[in-house]
Amino acid sequence: MEFYVISLLNSLVFGMLLFMLSSGLTLIFGMMGVLNFAHASFYMLGAYFAFQISQFAGFWTALVIAPILIGLLGAAVERFGLRTVHKHGHVAELLFTFGLAFMIEELILLIWGRVALNYQVPSSLDFTIFRLFESDFPVYRLFMLAISVFIFVVLYLLLTKTRTGIIIQASLTHPEGVGMLGHNVPRIFMLVFGGGSALAGLAGVIGGNYLMTSPSMAILLGPIVFVVIVIGGMGSLTGALIASLLIATLQTFAVGYDYSLIDLLAVFNIELGPEPWFPDLWRIKVENTGPLLPYLLMVIMLILRPKGIMGERES
Amino acid sequence: MLKRYGVWIAAALILVILPQIFDSGFAITMLSEMCIAIIFALSYNMLLGQGGMLSFGHAVFYGFGGFISIHAINVVNDGGVPIPLELIPLVGGLAGFIFAIPLGYISTKKAGTTFALISLGLVELVVACVLLFPSFFGGEEGVSGDRMLEFSLTGVGFGSGIEVFYLIAFWLIVTSALMYLQTQTPLGRMANAVRDNPERAPFVGYNIHLVRFFQFSLSGFFAGIAGGLLAINYEIVNSEMIGAAASGHVLLMTYIGGVGHFFGPILGAILYTFLHLTLVNITMAGQIYLGVLFIVIILWAPNGMAGIIMVHRPLWQAGLIRGLLPHYLVALAAGLVVFFGAMILVEINYHLSLSIEPDNPIRLFGVEFKANSWPPWIVSIGLILVGFFLLRPIMKNIRLKWDELTREMQKGKFA
Repeated sequence: MEFYVISLLNSLVFGMLLFMLSSGLTLIFGMMGVLNFAHASFYMLGAYFAFQISQFAGFWTALVIAPILIGLLGAAVERFGLRTVHKHGHVAELLFTFGLAFMIEELILLIWGRVALNYQVPSSLDFTIFRLFESDFPVYRLFMLAISVFIFVVLYLLLTKTRTGIIIQASLTHPEGVGMLGHNVPRIFMLVFGGGSALAGLAGVIGGNYLMTSPSMAILLGPIVFVVIVIGGMGSLTGALIASLLIATLQTFAVGYDYSLIDLLAVFNIELGPEPWFPDLWRIKVENTGPLLPYLLMVIMLILRPKGIMGERES
Repeated sequence: MLKRYGVWIAAALILVILPQIFDSGFAITMLSEMCIAIIFALSYNMLLGQGGMLSFGHAVFYGFGGFISIHAINVVNDGGVPIPLELIPLVGGLAGFIFAIPLGYISTKKAGTTFALISLGLVELVVACVLLFPSFFGGEEGVSGDRMLEFSLTGVGFGSGIEVFYLIAFWLIVTSALMYLQTQTPLGRMANAVRDNPERAPFVGYNIHLVRFFQFSLSGFFAGIAGGLLAINYEIVNSEMIGAAASGHVLLMTYIGGVGHFFGPILGAILYTFLHLTLVNITMAGQIYLGVLFIVIILWAPNGMAGIIMVHRPLWQAGLIRGLLPHYLVALAAGLVVFFGAMILVEINYHLSLSIEPDNPIRLFGVEFKANSWPPWIVSIGLILVGFFLLRPIMKNIRLKWDELTREMQKGKFA
């Protein structure tokens, strides 16, 4: 019981963090058809900026300033980089963001070095809020959950209830039509790109001290975020939410089971010989499959339902 | 005859002569790596250039080719099956081909961004498997073998690096000829059609999924051969070969060389391998320079080095290229000013963040200075600004001169 409740809470926290990253990515993709490879790099930059700002001005200032800076940076990248390569097509845009991700990682190595930063949870949030069965539940996780739920609600209201949101939604599917109505579509693109980057930056600010702030954090999380938007359906916010929670739950729960195929066979009273075929395969424990599961799920999804959970189109 | 096969004969001659001129151990290693990189990049261009499929996971087939080859070498050494070393790359190729069939079938249903995403997911899937299957991938340290097999078709022992180089060069000629011929086959042509217009290609009567799928599997075959050659060259294969980083390298080298022409990836592989291997010895910031080169190419020369060369071909044939040269030299000088400024900035920052003693003076081109003092910063930022403001009018001049020469050339045509 204890294992289930704690794991559920943890997967909710991790899932909402994933959603904060994937929501920006899926919006950018749905709108511009650009798969932003540098998205996870903005997440990483968010953590590094937050660390640097919190050295001078404390965590709470960093929480506000760092995402704004990342958002401005994202808008600049769209304005001066993506727009230049746009005429060469989507592959060139994808390659540009790929190169950008490469460069951001190298620049982080250049400025902050190779080792992980000592970016800590602020002392005002570093205590236990309640005891659940035998284990402590840190308040910071609750704080992360609160921020990400807040962002989800704001994003939802912004996109469905405000005029800007409705224009953004319209440009998702009919950019030319929106342009005809006299809206500045390139500026909307820049806004969405900046906003999505700011969300990634915010995820970095609150996730960097919870997970780890190191130059490899973009590479560790980036591919999973891509998997989330494939499974959720490219361009769909609801799909991204479901897929984020699904993947987080899978990864969190997998850690708790140490069964292997040998144990499964033992249930049916089958015993393997001393030298079975593919000796490794039978010995793989569920707890070690965590890194593999999202990708496996993605492949299964692509075979069964290529457009993803909530996707409306296939590419 | 000579016109048709001249390039290939010249390439073969160069490959025979080069290791005789550059015969140091380092040079042989670099030449071998270059040849392997050329095969790998050409196989990658079968996807990106010919088929319009941007893959972030091509190293999977390269890696599988390498792993299966090294296992095959070990099996031969244990007295399992008698395969001569000369044919081991073919085993790697078949491995790449066989793995490319299921993975390719799933991923080639869609092209464009979806394909790119799936390739990324698949490479991560394989990387996650590396630690789960230690008896195949050898865990962290990899799998090693001894390439000096008792079976040999040629009687060569392959004990020295130069003998291995000639084996690699032989396979380079064979595979690149095959890949060139493949571009002339109906499949190669249809791959171009599917790349350029996936809506209209089915109307000619081809299944676009199958065209992409065949192209993908063949490309996996050649990547596997490159992987097998790497396994023979180093006698060790580890998980680094199969991961996202290796896939990124082949993407960078192919794109820098140019995806639009058959010889583009060859140029890219040679330049990239050369820079990669030499920069490591000179500076800690090698990756940054390669990344900048990549971004510059994407922004301003999307057809790569091959594209730059081919754009100048008409002017060259018309004998007008001399008019541009002085302008290019001036632009080069201004570009170098920017580059030196940026380089000083990068180097002092690397020195400050990564070296053991940041307070020690740093040496650049024989000049010693302290990285944490202000003059180098001012000099570098000043150089960047000066070069930048010099470049703008120079580029404008080049454009004007270019237009003038093109007009002149066209006039010559009609006169």
